[in-house]
Amino acid sequence: MVEPAIAVHSLVKKFEDVTAVGGVDLDISPGELFGLLGPNGAGKTTILNILAGLLEPTSGSATVGGFDVRKDAMRIRELIGVCPQDTAVYEYLTGRENVELFGNLHSVNKEKLRASVKTLLDKVGLSRDADRRVGKYSGGMRRRINLIMALVHDPDILFLDEPTAAMDPQSRRAVWDFIRELKGKGKTVILTTHYMEEAEALCDRVGVIDHGRLIALGAPGELKAKFGAKDLEEVFIQITGRRIREGA
Amino acid sequence: MKLQRVSALSSKSLKTIIRQPAALFMTILFPLVMTLVFGASFGGIGGAQETTFKMGVVNLDLGGNHSHWSADFIGNMSQTGILDVRAYPDNATGQHDLSEGSIQGLILIPDNFGESCDSFWKDPANPSVWVNATVELYVDSASMLAVQAVPPVVQDVLANAVYSRQISVPRPVQLGIPSLVEARKFTTYDYFVPGLFAFAAIFLIMIVAQSFTLDRQNGLLRRLATTPVTSSEVIGAEAVTYMVVAVVQVGVVFAMAFLMGFRPVGSLAGIFMAFILVLVFALCSVGFGLISASLAKDPGTATGIAFIFIMPLMFLGTFVGFAMSAAMKAIEWLVPSWYVTDALTDLFLRGAKITSLSVLTDLAIVCLWSVAILGVGVLLFGRYGKR
Repeated sequence: MVEPAIAVHSLVKKFEDVTAVGGVDLDISPGELFGLLGPNGAGKTTILNILAGLLEPTSGSATVGGFDVRKDAMRIRELIGVCPQDTAVYEYLTGRENVELFGNLHSVNKEKLRASVKTLLDKVGLSRDADRRVGKYSGGMRRRINLIMALVHDPDILFLDEPTAAMDPQSRRAVWDFIRELKGKGKTVILTTHYMEEAEALCDRVGVIDHGRLIALGAPGELKAKFGAKDLEEVFIQITGRRIREGA
Repeated sequence: MKLQRVSALSSKSLKTIIRQPAALFMTILFPLVMTLVFGASFGGIGGAQETTFKMGVVNLDLGGNHSHWSADFIGNMSQTGILDVRAYPDNATGQHDLSEGSIQGLILIPDNFGESCDSFWKDPANPSVWVNATVELYVDSASMLAVQAVPPVVQDVLANAVYSRQISVPRPVQLGIPSLVEARKFTTYDYFVPGLFAFAAIFLIMIVAQSFTLDRQNGLLRRLATTPVTSSEVIGAEAVTYMVVAVVQVGVVFAMAFLMGFRPVGSLAGIFMAFILVLVFALCSVGFGLISASLAKDPGTATGIAFIFIMPLMFLGTFVGFAMSAAMKAIEWLVPSWYVTDALTDLFLRGAKITSLSVLTDLAIVCLWSVAILGVGVLLFGRYGKR
């Protein structure tokens, strides 16, 4: 039996009286592209933060690449690439310098780093603007740099937190192609999103989260068939009686 | 600790300082401008100005047989080069100008001044035959320098005028002068310069505090925490960055001070020691910056907290505290910047060797302070600074 790339058991995270994650169980296989769906505040980012070693779980366990998030955080950081939901870039560095910095933090050797930075900048269409300061980038350009900063060291496991939020449709499609390419290379990807069409287009399986609980788990096709729904949005409505994005 | 990571982070911070106008101003341009302005105001550019005091003289001993005494006295005052003497017809006019600040002192020579001098020289050993006279001296109480400098100068001139003839009295103890020592005249600026070095490095506290809080606010510290980089590498890189900045600051301040006429007494080794002292002190500034960043939630608050540290370091330990009260001088040893300034004063103004006990003691104390403050900063930042 193949050991899961990510294993989560009875995971609970409380912030004082608020339960952000309330007992989640989840196994994600190596090479799987897994989508965490749910409305804002459902607990998606909290789960990613626990897996990335940024938050300590209140109870339960989680392993990433076979390493315990409590005991082996440093080993996990060597395996993962994290693209945060809010763009986190150095404004006074150029796009290229931002990406190179994160490659250096992962100890990528000089030659490999140069090649990797060039390839990634080409892929997200930022080659021409690579030597401009990020402070002068548009919102969409910043999000693309934000994404490739997580990929420059060619990690085995990727946590992409709303990677296409606030992107124009064209850029979003380009990032989707890029994510598919990552899957094609055998990378394990957890993607959080509240775009249903994104999850349907990309993910092997999705987990639907609401109020910190995993309320549905399966391949998009399976879930739609199970609930007799035409899309994942309808699946969510059938389970919770609400839309994922209120007002959408 | 991996060199590649430290070097990458340090390079990032240096680029940020160079490209961020506010940081560049505070780290490099501010010390440069300060040194320039102080040099232009108090230095030797265009010839060092020696301090002179405008002295009014009301001579009531005119026209008699003894009037040459008062003329000698006034002439000797002018020859000092320190007193710029101008005559007044009466006390009231002189007092008016003194109260207006037009002169710093007023001397009232009584009409029996010369007679008194002659009576002394007729029988120097018999006070009962002397005619007593009193020279009144009024000094501008609003001028601290005049209050301190004028009375002893006038006293000295008066003594020379009255007792100029040698009285040969045998003495058991003689004053020997084995060699002539050339005393260099320092300008006010020369006294300021040692304090300018620490002054520049103190403001690193604010830059470090702002930099960490801004990175935290922008989610960059959280992002760094998802990479294999360790806290010690992040803080080590900051320390390296600000040590580089401190080296540049010392170079800039020294070069500008030199251009403005500052000439240190000591050797090249003294300048080397200045670099060492400020490098070590820069670590202290990084520590204070980390403490400020740990206590503050945003860059604005961090700046405010940084000033809680900057103010005492600046007032007690640099040229700013040049004319501090006795009470403040009693506690100046409590701040690390004072030891930097003290050591640099020894090196640059007193010509002390870098191996002198005083300089080495100052260096040791700055080292201890820096290790302690950086340690506290790292602990606090590790516990509270990343939230």
